[in-house]
Amino acid sequence: MSDPIIVCRCEDVTLQEVREWISRGYTSLEDLRRILRLGMGPCQGRTCIPIVQRELARMTGKSIDEIGSPTGRPPAVGVELGAFTSD
Amino acid sequence: MTMSKSPAEIFGYSFPDIRETQLLIVGGGPAGLSAALQALKLGLKVTLVESGLELGGQLVKQTHKFFGSSLERAGTRGFRIAQELIKELTPFKGSGQLEVYLSTTAIAVYPERIVLLSQLSGKVFPIKPKAMIIATGAQERMLPFPNNDLPGIYGAGGIQTLMNQYGVKPGKRALIVGAGNIGLIVAYQLLQAGVEVIAILEAMDRIGGWWVHAAKVRRYGVPILLKHTISRAIGKEKVEGAVIAEITPDGLKDKYQVECDLIGISVGLTPTVDLLRQANVKMKYVAFMGGFVPLRDREMRTSQSWIWVAGDSAGIEEASTAMIEGQIASTSVAKWLGYISEEEAKREIDQLWARLGYLREAEVSSKVRKGLEEVLVTWGG
Repeated sequence: MSDPIIVCRCEDVTLQEVREWISRGYTSLEDLRRILRLGMGPCQGRTCIPIVQRELARMTGKSIDEIGSPTGRPPAVGVELGAFTSD
Repeated sequence: MTMSKSPAEIFGYSFPDIRETQLLIVGGGPAGLSAALQALKLGLKVTLVESGLELGGQLVKQTHKFFGSSLERAGTRGFRIAQELIKELTPFKGSGQLEVYLSTTAIAVYPERIVLLSQLSGKVFPIKPKAMIIATGAQERMLPFPNNDLPGIYGAGGIQTLMNQYGVKPGKRALIVGAGNIGLIVAYQLLQAGVEVIAILEAMDRIGGWWVHAAKVRRYGVPILLKHTISRAIGKEKVEGAVIAEITPDGLKDKYQVECDLIGISVGLTPTVDLLRQANVKMKYVAFMGGFVPLRDREMRTSQSWIWVAGDSAGIEEASTAMIEGQIASTSVAKWLGYISEEEAKREIDQLWARLGYLREAEVSSKVRKGLEEVLVTWGG
């Protein structure tokens, strides 16, 4: 097996893991996010999502438009919880 | 029927005061600054938010002279363009027409046209604009290869930030991956800072950036290896070297092993569209423009009638075109809010489009022209 290649640095997910789970049938970004926590760390997928979108497209034959992007939810970047608890 | 009490009345709390503004511009780079200036000149009240410590965006890192058109300040170095734009904004700050928030990030967009701003100090507060221009720029793409998480491996833009903004020399011996404009320019800036550059690798069979920039690094004797890429980084605690591979029809063929303590990855940018996604703006994947980009009409207006886009967040291009797009967006906002007539707006926007056309004539812009065909729409109603 080749050396691990990190795609998601926040959650330490490798390209090999991504490929393995795609071949097991986890063929959407949401599936992969749930099973691997891919793109759910502090950077919210800025690094890994474009790489994984291309990998999904290559392995499933779908277009990147069909694969789509994860749902955008607030907050766009990390915010301390304290900011919401008091004035 | 009598009105029942609101939860706020029953439980005795109050909502935070929601500041109102006419035009909220998110991002203080070339697109946002130009949008702000145009809107202010047309009489609008503007709130400009910038997540960084200072205005200027990527312009403040650009030490080279721009070319293109004198209207877009060709012949001036990037950071000076930022200084000029900021200077032109100053009088409007004094008159209260412009409010600038630095170290402030827009983190949420709600359908009620409320935007949450988060400040470095820890404060979060809502603002309610009549219109918003998203000019959030782009982010760097990463390349998957073994050991790509070693310290000493940066996005090329990160190297620029360290050197040109913070005055930190990032290494002694560098390898650059990607011969687009950013890769070429960063290689040159590294040389200027006294860093040795071993080579620039380019996966394609041609140089992606402008020849002017390529010629500058070639004159220093730096090889640009076409159809080559990095196949792995070497090192334990930090980068100590790299293996360079040739891209052949049969896959990667390892060819050279080099020593270096710095690797700059410059394999393209992706538009930063988080807020547009939150706002459910219609988007499309256009590889030529760097990823998912918002559909927009000729006035840079998105599928959400109160949201416009400008600059790299609308599709990866250049600072000069970003500045014009910012002006187009603000002209359209001014028309929508009744500050200028339909005819005045049309005349202005036609002129701005002519300038875009001039800047996009070059061969390197052919991808942008193709990409635009896919995202330029006419909104009904």
